Amino acid sequence: MSRYLIDKFLYTVDRDPDLVERYRDDPVGTVTWWEAERANAVLNCHTGEASTWLRFDDAERAALSTHDYVKLFELGAHPFLTLTLFIAMFERDHAEPLAFQKQYAARLAHFDLPYPDIAT
Amino acid sequence: MAKVVAVVASTHHPFYYRASTATGADRPPFADEWTSKILAFRETLTRANPDVLVMVGSDHFHQLWLDNMPQFLVGKAPFYDANWYNEEREFGLPRMLLRGQEDLSSYILREGLDAGFDLAFSNELRIDHSITCPIITLRPEADLPIVPIYTNIFAPPLPRPKRFVQLGQTIRELVESWPSDLRVAVIGTGHLSLELGGPRQFGPHGPDPEFDRRAVDWIASGDLDGCLSEVTLDSLHAPGNATHGFMDFMLMMGVAGAGAKADYVDSLDLFHTMEAYFTWYPNGAPAA
Repeated sequence: MSRYLIDKFLYTVDRDPDLVERYRDDPVGTVTWWEAERANAVLNCHTGEASTWLRFDDAERAALSTHDYVKLFELGAHPFLTLTLFIAMFERDHAEPLAFQKQYAARLAHFDLPYPDIAT
Repeated sequence: MAKVVAVVASTHHPFYYRASTATGADRPPFADEWTSKILAFRETLTRANPDVLVMVGSDHFHQLWLDNMPQFLVGKAPFYDANWYNEEREFGLPRMLLRGQEDLSSYILREGLDAGFDLAFSNELRIDHSITCPIITLRPEADLPIVPIYTNIFAPPLPRPKRFVQLGQTIRELVESWPSDLRVAVIGTGHLSLELGGPRQFGPHGPDPEFDRRAVDWIASGDLDGCLSEVTLDSLHAPGNATHGFMDFMLMMGVAGAGAKADYVDSLDLFHTMEAYFTWYPNGAPAA
């Protein structure tokens, strides 16, 4: 269980315009590349330093690789990070303002309080 | 000593900038009323004629990240760049540059540490819409030096509500003991009920209008005891999964003081969330 690493993926992809497009177009390839090359980068540090132990479990890798934001919510990914990145990727596919955001809410409608824990 | 000439608390709705500047078919039907309310709210700060703005907000996973997360952080820098790529992308917010008031930053850090708050600091802080939204609404000239103060309402474990109130009380005491002749406004933004990335997001109103009504009453009447008796880290999940941002309003109630009735109160029921605007004049209302 590595909520932190899911959040780290969402955080780093969301902040890079090229990565946003790459993840939209090729989720499986982007997640595979990111886990191999970026997951262990220490972000607030000199470049080149890295951790050695961070990896996704199968459910996390599958959720990210299929753009499954419902599953990400269930896994406790930070909802702000998920929402922000998925708006960036998919709002453009909807003609009506807020249509994607409303669809997103509707797909989560089966969740009751308490929501999945997001603590990392 | 410095004088607190205004205490200002509001929501920070990142869509205001785009809504208020949109024209023609792009202008949403609520934009005129919203703009009118903002102009009236802005006047409450303008009348106080501040020299310095202490700005309380919360970074939204921009510069502050889970590998190194402070609970309370004070910026101490001569300048603050502002707004981020994903805020331009989603909200159309402009890049900004604000001056810092380093003397007051230093004073708050030193005296805050001595008062029992282990404040983190940053000498290179890029601020986000939690601080730039109130600049846009309240002081769009962006011409006054600021002291940014960030709180963690976002990444659990969070400080409890009482700690936010205590920090607000301490900020008030520190500003009023700062050896300076400058006129200081303390401005903070938070949320009423709010859901982001959950099933109750982007509804026709905020996710919990009853919470919003009670919250506005607590703030407007300065009812810190009533608010603290009901609001806990656990209880804030019920009105919406991003409602912990209400603790920044509680911080501002601490700045204003227990029992201090707001001199100006307004609100606007919008889709997604309710907007709310409050101003206190601790040293008496300035002449109109």
